[in-house]
Amino acid sequence: MKGNRCLLIGLLLLAGCDQPAPTPKSFAGLGQDATAFSQVTRAHSLVFPLDHAAHNGFRIEWWYVTANLKDNQGRDWGAQWTLFRSALRPGPETTGWNSPNLWMGHAALTGPGGHQSSETLARGGIGQAGVEATPFRAWINDWSLQGSNDLARLQMTANGKGFNYTLNLVSTGPLVLHGTQGYSEKSGKGQASYYYSQPFYRVSGEVERDGQRLAVTGSAWLDREWSSQPLASGQSGWDWFSLHLDSGAKLMLFRVRETQGTPYRAGTWISAEGRAQALQGEQIQLQELAWSKQENGREVPTRWRVQVPAHDVDVQVDALEPNAWMSTRFPYWEGPVHFSGSVSGKGYLEMTGY
Amino acid sequence: MSPLLIALQALLSHWRRHRLQFFSIFTGLWLATALWTGVQALNSQARADYARASAVLAGPAQAQLVARSGERFDQSLYLQLRKLGWQLSPVLEGRLRFAGEQPLTVRLIGIEPLSLPAAMTVAGTSLQGFDLQAFIGMPGQAWVGPDTLRQLGVDATGRATSSDGQVLPPLVVQPQLAPGVIVVDIGHAQALLHAPGQLSRLLVGDEARPLPAAFAERLTLHAPSDDGDLQRLTDSFHLNLTALGLLAFVVGLFIAHAAIGLALEQRRGLIRNLRACGISLNTLLIALVLELGVFAVLGGLAGVASGYGLAALLLPDVAASLRGLYGAQVAGQLNLPAWWWLAGVVVSVFGALLAGVSSVLRAARLPLLALAQPQAWRLAQGPWLRRQALAAGLLLAVALGCWQWGNSLASALLLLATLLLAAALLLPALLDGALAWLARLCRGPLAQWFVADSRQQLPALSLALMALLLALAASVGVGSMTEGFRKTFSAWLDQRLSADLYLTPQDTTQALQITDWLARQPAVTTLLPSWRAEIRLQQWPVQVQGIIDHPAYPARWPLLEQRPQAWAQLASGRAVMLSEQLARRLGVQVGAPLQLPNQAMTVVGIYADYGNPKGHLLVNADWLRGHLPEAKLSTISLNLAPEGIAPLKADLQQRFALDDSRVVEQASLKRWSTEIFSRTFAATTALNSLTLGVAGVALFISLLTLSQSRLGQLAPLWALGVRRTQLVWLSLGQTLMLSSLTVLLAIPLGLLLAWCLVAVVNVQAFGWRLPLHVFAAQLLQLALLGLLTSLLASAWPLWQLARRQPSALLRQFADEG
Repeated sequence: MKGNRCLLIGLLLLAGCDQPAPTPKSFAGLGQDATAFSQVTRAHSLVFPLDHAAHNGFRIEWWYVTANLKDNQGRDWGAQWTLFRSALRPGPETTGWNSPNLWMGHAALTGPGGHQSSETLARGGIGQAGVEATPFRAWINDWSLQGSNDLARLQMTANGKGFNYTLNLVSTGPLVLHGTQGYSEKSGKGQASYYYSQPFYRVSGEVERDGQRLAVTGSAWLDREWSSQPLASGQSGWDWFSLHLDSGAKLMLFRVRETQGTPYRAGTWISAEGRAQALQGEQIQLQELAWSKQENGREVPTRWRVQVPAHDVDVQVDALEPNAWMSTRFPYWEGPVHFSGSVSGKGYLEMTGY
Repeated sequence: MSPLLIALQALLSHWRRHRLQFFSIFTGLWLATALWTGVQALNSQARADYARASAVLAGPAQAQLVARSGERFDQSLYLQLRKLGWQLSPVLEGRLRFAGEQPLTVRLIGIEPLSLPAAMTVAGTSLQGFDLQAFIGMPGQAWVGPDTLRQLGVDATGRATSSDGQVLPPLVVQPQLAPGVIVVDIGHAQALLHAPGQLSRLLVGDEARPLPAAFAERLTLHAPSDDGDLQRLTDSFHLNLTALGLLAFVVGLFIAHAAIGLALEQRRGLIRNLRACGISLNTLLIALVLELGVFAVLGGLAGVASGYGLAALLLPDVAASLRGLYGAQVAGQLNLPAWWWLAGVVVSVFGALLAGVSSVLRAARLPLLALAQPQAWRLAQGPWLRRQALAAGLLLAVALGCWQWGNSLASALLLLATLLLAAALLLPALLDGALAWLARLCRGPLAQWFVADSRQQLPALSLALMALLLALAASVGVGSMTEGFRKTFSAWLDQRLSADLYLTPQDTTQALQITDWLARQPAVTTLLPSWRAEIRLQQWPVQVQGIIDHPAYPARWPLLEQRPQAWAQLASGRAVMLSEQLARRLGVQVGAPLQLPNQAMTVVGIYADYGNPKGHLLVNADWLRGHLPEAKLSTISLNLAPEGIAPLKADLQQRFALDDSRVVEQASLKRWSTEIFSRTFAATTALNSLTLGVAGVALFISLLTLSQSRLGQLAPLWALGVRRTQLVWLSLGQTLMLSSLTVLLAIPLGLLLAWCLVAVVNVQAFGWRLPLHVFAAQLLQLALLGLLTSLLASAWPLWQLARRQPSALLRQFADEG
């Protein structure tokens, strides 16, 4: 789940950082016409390839790829590619600078010796960024994620100061719908989003850091999510895991931290064949074990104990690079992890609001 | 009580009995500080506004991409370059016009905040600091400075409407924003400027790299900042103001100096007593300096306050002339930082030290016993006079050097300053000489006394007379220059503005359509389209104007110098004509070759181009279009029968959607130009009259102070039988004689000054030389004004003398006894 990323875009617009989740009212007047945006409903079924494209009318949407990679010396790498769409007002996309859409791209490369991140922004309506379904193409400035209509084959490229990557993704399993047929709840108070993933990518390609090119292979996970609702008040941030188990199964878990009371937890168990099973909050236990100080001075948990007893999961999750801090306009932590215990494997962890 | 306190108390008690002296020192410092800080306020306000104007988009030195054609380009170029990984931020700029009682044109800047380089600020606001959603959303925001908001005549909650009916986004006041600028989101800018999909330039966010060939054909990379132009262009204007302010400062210090000197002289007895009582010289000097400090702070505070008032009063004129002359937008209201006030007081303290230091030093050097002798002061004046004459000689040598070898505005102003100071320093010696010569002519005892006593008054009055000389000479000089300029300029304007209608089309395409249409109108007798491009010659911005071969030009384009067949050679496309200031800057003369961007040309003519801060170059239109493809058809001027003007204007406006600012009649253009030029000198004239006023005050105060010590000289005459009324007339005659002699000297000095201004300072400051005109009536007027000033200044002291009771005169003898 990355439902709280609408908070992220919201904060981008409000130009504030590390603040508690804003109430709907604080969205610079957006709260009033929030109902004018399209709403997420339980009875809706997703249609592909149409739903791979942008959903104008919804307030917030993203295309999110994380890849766990290995170079030919056996060293671990991680790559992140994200495109956010945020609408300033409801309504269809228009031509010209007055389009309601703003686009934001984040990219990161984590590997031996550190974490590098980059951000790029674009306005809608002029072709500077966008997402089209057939053929599938998501782009912002010189970054892109494009390929077949069913997302089975994708090429992903992005760059930043001192790094760039070009990765080819080939899926070996089906798309996975989270929650109830893609209707994914984010709190006990009715906040929800449409959410599906493609967690079964095999990856090959090249990463380049400080002028040095390396061939890499590995696995990747794509997340698609859109919504119109900001977070409930009192929700201060979230911790999100996407885990590739060595057995071939996948596990998605998240927890939304509350300033008061117990966090909201949910997840999806995905079998190696791609069958999804929603996990309820009481089935998931997350416990911070160790913290790391980030470049902004904040302490962030980078070692966790993750338990899903129903699926015999009891593992210790460690960040590959404890300082995988995203120094973007709205900073957060996102980086590759590896885990061992009852099962082992690799994955990605995202933490905001610290 | 400490000795210092005792000394201070004793010294300060003097002012209780001599309020007038207190007032004179205070006035001197007050006026000096007021005029100086006033001028500084004007300058710093204008400079701050230039800085604000060039810092609307401020960041680390910013390279930018602009179209080779100089016009706008399609935003697809921006998108393509972004796809190639260039970090760019698009900007669209244009002029937005507003109708109304005072038609207003503002610079509209459309920015794209998302892509602005992170370190960049817009009107002093960083990207993190403003409400992005409100700015780029609907209805968006239009940022204006407080001054522009006032000019728009809309309150902060209202919406402004441009002259073509476009409603601006809601206005948001940004105190940091330069006047005459409106900043909106680029989307709004494209709509307001009728330029959908068009951009003016691209700010380069990262290190500039070579453009791919496909783009290099259309775009070109401009090195960071060409914005210093405004600062450079206006430098001379501000230097002139500064020079005038300095002159006023010096005159003010003369007053303070005179009064401080007299106060010290009157306290010789007191100082002797204090010293005799055991107060050490050091303690005494510290007390004197402290006393001076009190004056300085009081005068400084008053001066800074009135300087602010003066600047506020003059600012609209200064702003108007800067706008007219240089296109520089300066706010009509002062907005000065706190340090400015402090600096004013510091200037006053500095001035007080300057004015008082010689008196304090003299008090320190005079022998203890000599202090008590009434003649000690006068005796010390003797070598002082000689030293002054020597200093004057040295200053004259410097002036001569400046004239011979100087080649800058600073040296020209130094020439003026040294000339003025030398004349002022020579004045006492000259007057002394003149009186000595008169004394030899006088026969009767009363006449001899008249001249001898005048000579005796001279040292006390000399500073006031110097101030009068300086102020009068400056008035004559500045007056001759402004009048001469007005005369030359209006004659030039009459010749140059000889078309009936002037059109400024929106762009070249429209201009060509208009030209075609006009060519088919039988009423139009002369049709002169002119093309324009901007280039740089030796780093100086130059406007190149391309004109067609037409017999009207030789008649309406007066040339200062030319070669035979100049106009025919220009039409051939192998020759150019230059404005006087450009020729001077490039150091070329008629007949010399001139290398233009694509071809070498011959200079065949030089013309006056008053008021243009940029260089101006005249070429053949076909040549210009062939060699500088970015040239635009910018203005069309035409002649027709007077009765046809109004209908044609209406027809043009309707047919081509041109508002009043784009179709201008000759009369209003001329009115506008003359207005700018008269306002240019309004501030100069005002400061000049103030300086004359200050000199009057100086004379008045000196005479007033003198009159109190005059009883000693007048009482014996009265005792010898001269009546009081006769004494008054004699005193008046003395004053008038001294001031007449000063006025007589001031006139040639003023004319010399005028010559320096038109032939040296103007050439250095603006690049043009004006003929020297002598206006006899003006000279007479100023001479009478000078005499009137001194008459008025002596009136009050003399009236007091006339009312003196005989007992007061008698008491003089009693005191001596």
